[in-house]
Amino acid sequence: MEVANTIKQVINDAVERVKMPAPLRLRDLIRMIRAARTAAEEREVVNKECANIRNTFRDEDSVWRCRSVAKLLYIHMLGYPAHFGQLECLKLIASPRFTDKRIGYLGAMLLLDERQDTHLLITNVLKNDLNSNAQFVVGLALCTLGTIASVEMSRDLAPEIEKLLKSSNAYLRKKAALCAFRIVRKVPELMEMFLPACRTLIAEKNHAVLITAVTLVTEMCEKSPDTYNYFKKMIPTLVRTMKTLILSGYSPEHDVSGVSDPFLQVKLLRLLRVLGRGDQEAAEAMNDLLAQVATNTETSKNVGNAILYETVHAIMDVQSESGLRVLAVNILGRFLLNSDKNIRYVALTTLQKTVTLDQNAVQRHRSTVLDCLKDPDVSIRRRAMELSFQLVVESNLESMTRELLAFLSRSEPEVKSVCASNLVSIAERYAPSPSWHFHTLYEILQAAGNYVRDDVVSSTLQLVSDSPAIQAEAVSLLWEAVKNLKNLEDYQPLVQVCCWCIGEYGDSLLSIPDVPMDEVLESFQQILWSPHVSIITRQYSIMALEKLSARVPDTTNRIRSIVDAFGSHLNVDLQQRAIEFGALCRSFDHLRGPILEKMPPMPVDKDSKRGTSNGAGDTNSNDVDLLIEDGISTSRDRDPTSSDSNVLLNIIDGLDGDNDLGMSSSSAVYDSSDFSFAMGFKNPQPPITTSSNIFGGVGGNDLLDLLGGSFGDELSTPAPEPLSLTSVGPNITSMPLFPNFTHSVAINGGTEISGQSQQHELIPGQYFPSSFFSMNKPEQQSSLWLGAEHDGIMSEYGKAILAYSDEHIWIIFVPLLAYSSQTTIVMQVRAGGRSSQSQVNDLIFQAAVPKSLQLTLDPPSGTSIVQGTVITQRVTIGNPSKATLKMKLKISYSVSGRSQEKIQEIHDFPADFGMS
Amino acid sequence: MMQFMLLFSRQGKLRLQKWYVAQPDKARKKITRDLVTTILARKPKMCSFLEWRDLKIVYKRYASLYFCCAIEQQDNELLCLEIIHRYVELLDKYFGSVCELDIIFNFEKAYFILDELLIGGEVQETSKKNVLKAIAAQDLLQEDETPQGFFEDHGLG
Repeated sequence: MEVANTIKQVINDAVERVKMPAPLRLRDLIRMIRAARTAAEEREVVNKECANIRNTFRDEDSVWRCRSVAKLLYIHMLGYPAHFGQLECLKLIASPRFTDKRIGYLGAMLLLDERQDTHLLITNVLKNDLNSNAQFVVGLALCTLGTIASVEMSRDLAPEIEKLLKSSNAYLRKKAALCAFRIVRKVPELMEMFLPACRTLIAEKNHAVLITAVTLVTEMCEKSPDTYNYFKKMIPTLVRTMKTLILSGYSPEHDVSGVSDPFLQVKLLRLLRVLGRGDQEAAEAMNDLLAQVATNTETSKNVGNAILYETVHAIMDVQSESGLRVLAVNILGRFLLNSDKNIRYVALTTLQKTVTLDQNAVQRHRSTVLDCLKDPDVSIRRRAMELSFQLVVESNLESMTRELLAFLSRSEPEVKSVCASNLVSIAERYAPSPSWHFHTLYEILQAAGNYVRDDVVSSTLQLVSDSPAIQAEAVSLLWEAVKNLKNLEDYQPLVQVCCWCIGEYGDSLLSIPDVPMDEVLESFQQILWSPHVSIITRQYSIMALEKLSARVPDTTNRIRSIVDAFGSHLNVDLQQRAIEFGALCRSFDHLRGPILEKMPPMPVDKDSKRGTSNGAGDTNSNDVDLLIEDGISTSRDRDPTSSDSNVLLNIIDGLDGDNDLGMSSSSAVYDSSDFSFAMGFKNPQPPITTSSNIFGGVGGNDLLDLLGGSFGDELSTPAPEPLSLTSVGPNITSMPLFPNFTHSVAINGGTEISGQSQQHELIPGQYFPSSFFSMNKPEQQSSLWLGAEHDGIMSEYGKAILAYSDEHIWIIFVPLLAYSSQTTIVMQVRAGGRSSQSQVNDLIFQAAVPKSLQLTLDPPSGTSIVQGTVITQRVTIGNPSKATLKMKLKISYSVSGRSQEKIQEIHDFPADFGMS
Repeated sequence: MMQFMLLFSRQGKLRLQKWYVAQPDKARKKITRDLVTTILARKPKMCSFLEWRDLKIVYKRYASLYFCCAIEQQDNELLCLEIIHRYVELLDKYFGSVCELDIIFNFEKAYFILDELLIGGEVQETSKKNVLKAIAAQDLLQEDETPQGFFEDHGLG
């Protein structure tokens, strides 16, 4: 019968082959694909074959299905779509032939994923095969289930697995145990079903069954506290098993280079680690064993070290006795000296985790860790660096910093910036003195060149600014460094710091005998003109030069000629800086000194920890950035790489023009809550209430609005002198040197100034416009627009006029449109001082009008003008007959003890003065 | 638990892929591409471990083939190297000094061997002998049912 069947099949097959030529063999297809010389050729072969494969699939009972699926799997591995083979795999699995099943299951594992709806079908065929009598068929089904089991499959097939866990066949038991492992991972609540079987499995002698059972139990213990408690009782058994394993003689079957079944040992250690976690008793039960493994394991090969590594983890996780912990850290210390890079690497990663647990034990291996900084393997060097930073404490600060600085200077670019930032934060945290701190920062800048992050520049500046004792030293040190730099462009952060310091404290260079100013200026010129230097660095050096002109008097002309050359620079920002400086020198030379005065110290914010302040710094600097774009309505062509420090620079630039304000500006860049604070005046005066009102009104959290408002208001106060800005050109809308002039003021054609989006109070009496001092030229006076803000409700301020001006004070009239009518003109008289140095006292403003008009003067806001404050006084003029407005003013005041009295007549009020 | 294993050539061609965690085809391709480029870019002096997403990648090069496994945080990367080595030993024993071509042309056998060593990303058999015995027995089953001689064209060919 058998023979007859075979003959019948052979004949059938032969008929089939005659009917249709046999498809390409698998190995032939592989050969063809490999012979393809181009990707296109390969695609052609594959597409052709895929078409053939689809044809054979269409044939319901093709004898070639198995071969086709195998070919499809190869094609799939090359990256071509093969999903159309999914169902064919299932058909193969359902076939009685073992070859078909083998390929079918292989295909199922490769082509099906959890989401496939084919899973219902495969669950059925799996169930069938799991109950088969043929060992290898069950084996295939178990293997497939273990690989692709989904939640549904797990639920459906768990009973079958449970049955197989108790099978008498070890080959099936081990596979079933790992299937159960997979099921528990997918559906933890199914675990209970397997518990009884596990108890016997865990005591097995067969290594394969034991290792799979240990894996399963480990997973269950991690998932469920109940199971964990149950298996804790098994610790002695497990310890005994482990001991037997270590002590058993040579067994060739499980020996790996002299170590008895390392796979099983590691799994057992892992289970012990899970069971002993946080349990004193459990820890004691395994102390002996762990000590034994830790001391007796052969360490010449990777396997031994794998076991030691697992032991170290177990000792660290389990509450082992301290002696054992030291032993564990020492093992890692030995690992660090191992010739195998992989072992050094795991030692470093493990020490990193251990260092928080036992700082002292790890500290003992510090020198070995530092040696790893010189490792040929970059990933090991990186790890060693991270660990080294964790090991820095006050007592070893000096030596660690030295080592890490040395590492920084020789490390590769991608490591440099991380290392530099870490060093900066360590210096910040542990610096014993500002001098040490500065020297460290200086060395970081030298070692890391352009790879330092921008925050390093700003924090260095802040440090120097805040520590007067080191300023002179810093300047000379930086100057020496930059003077000797071969390639400036590779050390731009250093150059920036140097520029800033020389600009601020350049006068101290004079006291050093052999620093000729010419040489300094030469260097600056070199920085400014070297082709690869960034715009930011040039901004720093232009500013520094300008400031230097105020420090070192006889350099002005030379500096002017250097800076003037940038008056036609392609970069708008540099151009502006240069032109403004030119204007400052030419027309307002007496103001140059005060404007370019030293910045007030920027206090270092001790509370801001590096890590957090970085993040905060970023967000805030964005805000500040916005502020500069919007609030000051700058048209600056900003460098796309412009960064924190650039923003900081801009602000500093803006602020140091007005050092009278006494603001701590840079701390504001770090913390928004500081910002509003820092914006306060040093010497509160009536107008200040205005700005604090603005803070309140706008809401302190709206940084942008807040600054938009406060910037203009505050900076405008010390109005030094009317300035001619028309020479800059009609379209220039921002003047970084004097942002106080420019906040929301656009000059068009030199005749019209209009405020744009200022923050105003609705009570005009307290309002204080930012830009009135822009009225400068007599011919413009009649047509100046002041503070024509648009708050969306009304336009409060009309055209202002300059009523009076002498060498000490100026007075303007600002009509308050909201209060004025056809017959009444309400205006605000504002009086301010010319010089921020001298004080104006006892100012009395008196006015007289023709008889047809009525004049009411409210009390003035004050009588003294100190440090750029402004006196305001409301004046109401009733004009029922709509007569021509004329006014006679009597102004009396005293300056430095001498009293003055001035009379002024105003006839040329604009016809529409005070009209909306 | 091992999440997946990849074998690829020095040219970056995938030779074998085993996924123990369900992933859509697209994700698999992306992961493979990412890892192949990362690993091929590493210099021979570098160590065998990578941190990648929340996984540890363990790889080792044997002749022209890279063996690359992704294991979870609590797994032992040194032992993973041993698993890779064990697999290579098994391939070597089975094919008799294995080379890349053996694995290309007999990729299904390479899968069968791996499936006797690991299930669901965990070691199921620590004895080389037992793995090879199981493979040999199944190969025999396959041979028995494939007509030999004149009609041998029946198998995978």
